[in-house]
Amino acid sequence: MTLTYYLVLAAILFTIGAVGVLVRRNAIVVFMCVELMLNAVNLTLITFARSTGTVDGQIIALFVMVVAAAEVVIGLAIIMSIYRTRRSASVDDANLLKY
Amino acid sequence: METISAEVLPSEVLPAEGLLGLSWLLIALPLAGAAVLLLGGRRTDRWGHLLGTATVVGAFLLAVLCTFSLADVEGRSVDVDLFTFISTGELDVRAGLLYDPLSAVFVLLITGVGSLIHVYSIGYMAHDPARRRFFAYLNLFVAAMLLLVLGNSFVALYVGWEGVGLASYLLIAFWYTRPAAATAAKKAFIMNRVGDVGLALAIFIMFAQLGTTSYAGVLGSAGTLAGGTLTAIGLLLLLGACGKSGQFPLQAWLPDAMEGPTPVSALIHAATMVTAGVYLIARSAPIYDETPTARTVVLAVGAITLLIGAIAGCAFDDIKKVLAYSTVSQIGYMFLAVGLGPAGYVAGLAHLLTHGFFKAGLFLGAGSVMHAMDDSVDMRRFGGLWRKLPITFATFGLGYLALIGFPFLSGFYTKDAIIEAALDRDDAWGWVLGGVAVLGAGLTAFYMTRLMLMTFFGRARWEDGVHPHESPTVMTAPMVVLSLGSIGAGFLLVQAFPLADWLEPVFGEEAEAAHVVAPLTVGLVVTGVMLLGVLAAWLFVGRREVPVTAPVRVSPVTRAARNALYADTINESLVMRPGQWLTRALVWVDNRGVDGAVNGLAAGLGGSSSRLGRTQTGFVRSYALGMLGGAVLVAGALLAVTSG
Repeated sequence: MTLTYYLVLAAILFTIGAVGVLVRRNAIVVFMCVELMLNAVNLTLITFARSTGTVDGQIIALFVMVVAAAEVVIGLAIIMSIYRTRRSASVDDANLLKY
Repeated sequence: METISAEVLPSEVLPAEGLLGLSWLLIALPLAGAAVLLLGGRRTDRWGHLLGTATVVGAFLLAVLCTFSLADVEGRSVDVDLFTFISTGELDVRAGLLYDPLSAVFVLLITGVGSLIHVYSIGYMAHDPARRRFFAYLNLFVAAMLLLVLGNSFVALYVGWEGVGLASYLLIAFWYTRPAAATAAKKAFIMNRVGDVGLALAIFIMFAQLGTTSYAGVLGSAGTLAGGTLTAIGLLLLLGACGKSGQFPLQAWLPDAMEGPTPVSALIHAATMVTAGVYLIARSAPIYDETPTARTVVLAVGAITLLIGAIAGCAFDDIKKVLAYSTVSQIGYMFLAVGLGPAGYVAGLAHLLTHGFFKAGLFLGAGSVMHAMDDSVDMRRFGGLWRKLPITFATFGLGYLALIGFPFLSGFYTKDAIIEAALDRDDAWGWVLGGVAVLGAGLTAFYMTRLMLMTFFGRARWEDGVHPHESPTVMTAPMVVLSLGSIGAGFLLVQAFPLADWLEPVFGEEAEAAHVVAPLTVGLVVTGVMLLGVLAAWLFVGRREVPVTAPVRVSPVTRAARNALYADTINESLVMRPGQWLTRALVWVDNRGVDGAVNGLAAGLGGSSSRLGRTQTGFVRSYALGMLGGAVLVAGALLAVTSG
């Protein structure tokens, strides 16, 4: 079995996520794209864990999922409060923190 | 490097014993008086003037006793070692006093004339609300002046030198609310500073070359120095002396210093402080003995100054300014004398002492006249005062006769001695200097006779409401004592108890002078020139009515003399204006150059940081792009490093 397919898939997923973060304005979509990038990394980690026969990569992937879950909680709360104050979920509207 | 012991006393100077060991009290008494009066504040107002006078009179009595005990000491010199003043590395300056015949005559002059002037000031300053402050400053002056003449090293002299400069400044500006007085004080202080730089540099050279500043160490080994170094020391000391004594080219401050109260003019700016330069040169005689160049410059300074002072004295209408220029001129005589070398030291110092008497007397007389004339100093508004002020007239007249060298009064003996010493050089210089001195004597007679005629004789030209009255006894008594000095001091110092014998331990035995011109001839010629001056003054001033305002249409010579030969103009154009230009240029460089660099750097940093701040747009997606770009760069770099 070859690693290439898994890695290429992970790279494609990561690229889709990155482009999504850069080009989409909707905070929810940006958020989902971040999740997509995280999961692309998880896939890479688990791929390598399998190929080397160790569990290190799987453990790190579990950590990433835990952090991602926490991040989702905080992030969605922020998006909610932004939406409530501005009636908009666009990340470009929340640009007060600047020079 | 060999360390030279800082204080090498020659064997003949004995340590002080008995009464002379207490000679530090001479300085301590007036200093304590000044401290009490200044720190005591208003509580001492009622008796402050009495305390101030008592300390100086006490110092005078002590000085008399000290001088008598000094006469019995072997070699007539004692060293009073006090304490370590400065000890740093190789420089070890002991504070100590040198009581020798030279300092003894100065101490007697300072405390003697000082006592009389303190007594006079009790009356003169009676109605001044700040009389206590006046006496405090006078005491401070006496203490500093005594330190100047008693110190046994050039550093001690320098401390006293600056002390009298400070006291002079404070006293010229005593009526500091008058702009003229405040300006005159600053002028005196700054011009003195020019001279003091010379004195300080001379002391630095002494220490660098000899490792010591004591008189014993410096003067004892002056012969070992290179000729150029000695000349430099001599010229720098002369610069210091010129500053303090109001000699050319630093003479312009002294006449302005007359803005101070008249007793100050009498004590500081006539009798004592301004003669400190003569003391310095006489004290440094061993240095000048080795350097004919510096000595010639001293001669030239003396000759030029005596003419400048005498010419300017002829033109002023301010009684104190005339006397001030007379002081400048007479100190020129003293410089001329000490510049002549061993032949002239004693003559110069004798003239200094007699001048101290009669010029102090003349100033006190001028103060008495001002007292009578509601503080006016304009001689054109005086006249006919001899009837109203008989005692002042008599004492002033005696001082006048002594100053112009009337036969057998003080000035006659001492001025003739200087002229004889100049002629005894027996070369072209001698004739020039002698001629200048004789001419100066004629001019002195002219301007002093003019002053007498305008003040005491002729028609009364008083302003309305002025009622002249004789001064109280407390003022006239010192004037009487000083006029006795004007009569007898010259005879006593030259004939009865020759100063030359007393000063022999300092200057060595006086060689019997081979007179080029017989003293009798000199005396006759000088007296003849003096009478010519008196006659000229009578012809120009006494015979005619004195106009109450100065004539405007006058000859260029008179105009130049009225402007004191343009001394202020020259100083302003040569020193003041270039100095102002320099400061303006420096201010410009500072503002544009230094400040510009600093401000430019700050502005550049501020501008670039605010421009950098513009990248913080607040758009999350551009931050994300930045992070992505950064990550790609880092990854690319890692790849390049690991694979390459």
